[in-house]
This record gives sequence, structure tokens and C-alpha cells, in this order.
Amino acid sequence: MPATAPQGVGQLRGAEPFPDAARRALADPHLRRNLRHATATIRAKSAAVIAEVPDWEQLRAAGSAIKSDVLARLPELLEQVESRVTAAGGVVHWAADATEANRIVTELVAATGSDRVIKVKSMATQEIGLNEALESAGITPVETDLAELIVQLGEDRPSHILVPAIHRNRAEIREIFLRAMPGADPALTDEPVVLAAAARRYLRQTFLTTPVAVSGANFAVAETGTLAVVESEGNGRMCLTLPETLITVMGVEKVVPTWRDLEVFLQLLPRASTGERMNPYTSMWTGVTPGDGPQAFHLVLLDNGRSAVLADEVGRQALHCIRCSACLNVCPVYERTGGHAYGSVYPGPIGAVLSPQLTGIADNASLPYASTLCGACYDACPVKINIPDLLVHLRDQAPHPRAEATAMAAAAYTMDHPALYAAAQRAARSGRLLGRRGRGLPPPLDGWTASRDLPEPPAESFREWWSKR
Amino acid sequence: MVVEAVSGRDVVLGRLRAAIGESGAGIPVLRDYRREGAVDLDLLVDRLTDYRARVHRVPETTVAETIADLLPASATVVVPPGLPSAWLPATVTVLPDDGLDNARIAAADGVVTAAAVAVAETGTVVLDGSPDQGRRVLSLLPDLHICVVRAAQVVAGVPAALARLTPHRPLTWISGPSATSDIELHRVEGVHGPRTLHVILLP
Ligand code: SF4
Repeated sequence: MPATAPQGVGQLRGAEPFPDAARRALADPHLRRNLRHATATIRAKSAAVIAEVPDWEQLRAAGSAIKSDVLARLPELLEQVESRVTAAGGVVHWAADATEANRIVTELVAATGSDRVIKVKSMATQEIGLNEALESAGITPVETDLAELIVQLGEDRPSHILVPAIHRNRAEIREIFLRAMPGADPALTDEPVVLAAAARRYLRQTFLTTPVAVSGANFAVAETGTLAVVESEGNGRMCLTLPETLITVMGVEKVVPTWRDLEVFLQLLPRASTGERMNPYTSMWTGVTPGDGPQAFHLVLLDNGRSAVLADEVGRQALHCIRCSACLNVCPVYERTGGHAYGSVYPGPIGAVLSPQLTGIADNASLPYASTLCGACYDACPVKINIPDLLVHLRDQAPHPRAEATAMAAAAYTMDHPALYAAAQRAARSGRLLGRRGRGLPPPLDGWTASRDLPEPPAESFREWWSKR
Repeated sequence: MVVEAVSGRDVVLGRLRAAIGESGAGIPVLRDYRREGAVDLDLLVDRLTDYRARVHRVPETTVAETIADLLPASATVVVPPGLPSAWLPATVTVLPDDGLDNARIAAADGVVTAAAVAVAETGTVVLDGSPDQGRRVLSLLPDLHICVVRAAQVVAGVPAALARLTPHRPLTWISGPSATSDIELHRVEGVHGPRTLHVILLP
């Protein structure tokens, strides 16, 4: 009975397989430079603030256990959220898939009489293609996160969970603003301060005059009915505070059982994500508060394939994900291809396991191969999702890429790029792979080694040995 | 004959129940991470400063003086209805919030609030909508926020902060001024929220 996300709606499927999309990205040195700079910077910041926390491993273990607990009794926790939110003056809606969620939100917006909504950055609403649905109903969605605004004005797609416009540099952003931002000053420079001020001016009036907002949620507490949104810019606070009506769309897996559980995730998320001790703003609200903030609150609980993920006992750990994007920033494949190559709104290692599960593996069959299985994502994940294991698990279900040319191209590319090769070597040495696939490089690179002898993986690679000298 | 439509609720809950099978039992969570700790005011100051908030450690009797120094004479300041009046200098125009509209709040030069809790390890102040903190919009629209924190409100870490807070109040956790790093990861203060955050820390 669990169902995958329907075709023809939302953004979980790419137009082409990963290797084809990746090849184009690899040919763009400018994109690769932007990505390398961004991922390296965030990695370094994150490592520094994680090192400040003496109990990081205990927090990770607790975060992982809380999420396992949530998944084991999800229906009961969702019913609890529903009753608490309702008791606090909110209205709860259940959406089986993207189509239904879009219909619910569109009807709620239409009922307010507004033809415009302000939006807080939200993966869930991107996943269901809400903006497109609103537009086709004559409603204008305005993205208010600076990066999302850059993406929206550039008629582009996000390429990173956390910094969606990571693929754009300041000169490009200036051009996008000049071209597409109403009222942009022609004398605009490409200084980040100046660009941010232009966005502030442009959005202020919209914040103050739009009566309805749509947000996602990072957490919903079953015990209390409290929703939490974590952000930096204050655009989230604007959307969550100023309008008369607030509509929050949330994947069912975002629930946590108790108020106290937030103490774990509010420590894990900012440090793993932006490399901050705490993000500048976190908003929490429970239903409606008379005289303060929106007086109508709707919570839309979204399945859209999550029940299918939950049905797979190995695969379900992908639903632990708190969307911190740490796995993207450490992934040697993501660093070279960027987010667009993954075709889905969920890029990088988590996208490679979550998207094919949400859509059914046939629709995203190449994604479990978009990895070297080096294991860096597992080490980085604040809720300990074993992404390499999941990739191998999904490869068992996905038809192996037919064209050997694909594997060959990937192998040739990897051999050309020392860090990737080193990662592949490390992966090849781990028992995980030796046990299952025989000696050699992980798929799709094994297409290359199947007919050749790869030198026996040494106990310590040359690179590791050299780096210790 | 009218066929009752199956509600989305039944569909979703039915699918989720089918997906987890019979189990439904909880999984134990080991909480061997730090939940308490010594409160370190110097650490709070350090962390706030690191996030580009400006910190002033003064005795309560000089709060008004301190605020006067931060604002030009004749500045307009929004205040929540329950803010101690002794904190406000005579040099500024005070607009108490009696349901002010958004335009008036946005046009003010600043806002002064108290806080509910402050977290030393993360450099965070938390507002909970109490009378001395007011509606969420007050600390959002003006470009400058002055937040007065008493030492007794400071806790060591996030777990202690949550334990002191009441979930059904609207909560705003603030760590430094509004900031973005969306353009080449270059940090810029004040995209939408206040560009300047002052924290006055009382003994
Ligand atoms: S899989 Fe883990 S590391 Fe990746 S985004 Fe999700 S929580 Fe973060």
C-alpha cells in the first residue's frame, strides 16, 4: 500500500540520467571553482565549531536514536501533532502526495483572497513544485530567502540545500538583479553588501503587504504541537510573523516526540549545516497566539513517497535527514558536479539515496551510482545516516547501467582526479565493498576493473602514506 | 448513491501503518550528552561578540544612560508594554506598543526589549513574548535592537534553555544580527531583520 511520489508533478526527477548531466557540469570550470570554494569554506567552519563540542558523538547518537524512534511510531506521533496543533487553534491537513498538497495550499491561499504569497525557503515545497502550482492558479509566489530569490529571479534551479545559489558568483547575481528585480538601481555594484541591501529594499514592501505566507518546518514537536523554523536572514521571521495566514508544509518525518528532543537537534543542525554555533534566528510557534503573529495557521502533513521509504527497513534511515547539507559539502562527486546533475531538489549523497526511494528506483536508477562510496558523508552526517550502505542497498535494486561507456567515462574521469581516486581506493579497501562486490573499484567504476586487473589495494594508499610524511 | 471520499488523513495514516507493520514500539534514546553546566558570563559575552552583537556590561542603574549613548537624541524607540520605564532615557521618544501598526514599528529607529533566557555557549538570546518582550514583530522591523539580559537569565547551553522556556509561547531565538552568506559565502549583516544588535548584560 505505501506509494511512491507521483510522476508529472514536483521536482524529484531529472530530465536525464546523472552521468549525462554530470558530464556537462564537469565541463564548466567556473561552476567547479564556485563549488570548490563554497564546500571547502563551509567544511572548515563546520569542523571548527564541532570541535568545540565535547559531546558531539553522544549528540549524534541521540539524534539518530530519536529519529529511529520517530519512524517506529510515526502514525501515533502525527496524530499527537494533529491534536495539539488543533487544540492550539491551528488546522491540520493531510496530503498523500504532491498533487494533493498543491491543491490544499492553493485552495487555502485562494480562500484568503490574495493573489500573492511570501515564501520561506523550504525543501518540501520545492519537492512538490508548489510555486508552479500556485502560478498556474494565478497566484504569485515570492521567494524571500536571498539565495532562493536569486534562483527565482534567474529562472534557475537551486543547486545546494543550504546555499541554493552556490553556483552563482557576485557578478552573475548583479546581472540577475538588474535584469529581473523590479526597481533595481542601475548603479548597483556587485558588492555583497550592496546586493543584499537591494534585496532588502525590494522585499520589505512585499513583506508588509502580503497577507499570506507559506513555510516549511525543521521540526514539529508531537508532545506540544510546536513548530520550529531555523534560518539566518530574518525573512523567515517576516513570513512567520507579519501575514494574517500562515500555511506550513511539512514532510511527515519532521516530527520529534518531545520538547526536550529539540535540545539535541538545535545543537546538531547549525554546527553541521552552516558551521555556526547557532543560526541567527530560530522561530517556534504553537498554533496561534492571540494578538501576536498570524491568526490563522494551517499545517499540511505531506507523504509524497515517504511511506514507501518507511516500508524499506534498510532504506528508511534516509528519513532521519534533517537537511543540514553536511554530506553535500564533503562529497567529492557533488563538489565536481554540483546539485543540478542530480535532477532532484535533493542533491548530493542524501539526494542519491532519498530521491530514488521517493520516486521508486526505476525513475532515478542512475543516482545510487553517483558516488564513490568513500564514506565521507556517513562521517559527516549529524544523525548518522549510513549513506554508503544505503547506496549499495539501492544498487542491488537498480538495474546496472547498461552502457559500459558510462562506467568507462566515470572511471576515466576518476583516474584523472586524484582526490576521487583516493576516495575510491579507500572505499575499495573497506570490507563493505570487498565483501559484496569483490576486489576492485565500486560501481559504476567496476565496469572498468571487471576486465582489468586493478592492483591489489594496499593497506595504506600511496596518498595516505605521503600525506603522513 | 453517494460514495464517501477517503480522506487524505486515512490514506496517509493507512500507508504509514502498513509501512511499519506491527511494531509501533518505541526505541530507547540514550541521553548521555551534557544537559547542565556551569554558567559562564564571559563566554556569553565572547560568543555574542563573535557573532557581531555589541555587548555592554553595566549595572542596572545605568541602563538608561547606556541606551542614551547608543541612540541619537530624538530617536524614536518602540518598547513592549511591560518594559521597565527606568531603562529608558529621557532623550528619546518612546512609542509603547499598544497595538502599533507595522508601518509605525518599521519607521522607528530602534526597539528595546528584555529577554527570557540567554545561552552562553551559543551566544543566543531568546524572547518569549512576555510583557517586557512584547509581540514578535517589535524586535523584527526596526533596524536596531537593544536587548537587556539579566545574569540570572543566562544558562550554559541549549538543553538548559529549553528546560526554562514554555513551548506554547511564541519563541524567537536570536544569535547576532540578521545575516546572510548567500553571495559567495560572504557574510552580510541585516538582510531583513535588525542590522544591529546590542545586548546590555546586567549583573
Ligand atoms: S543525510 Fe545527514 S548530512 Fe546529509 S543533509 Fe541529511 S542530515 Fe545532513
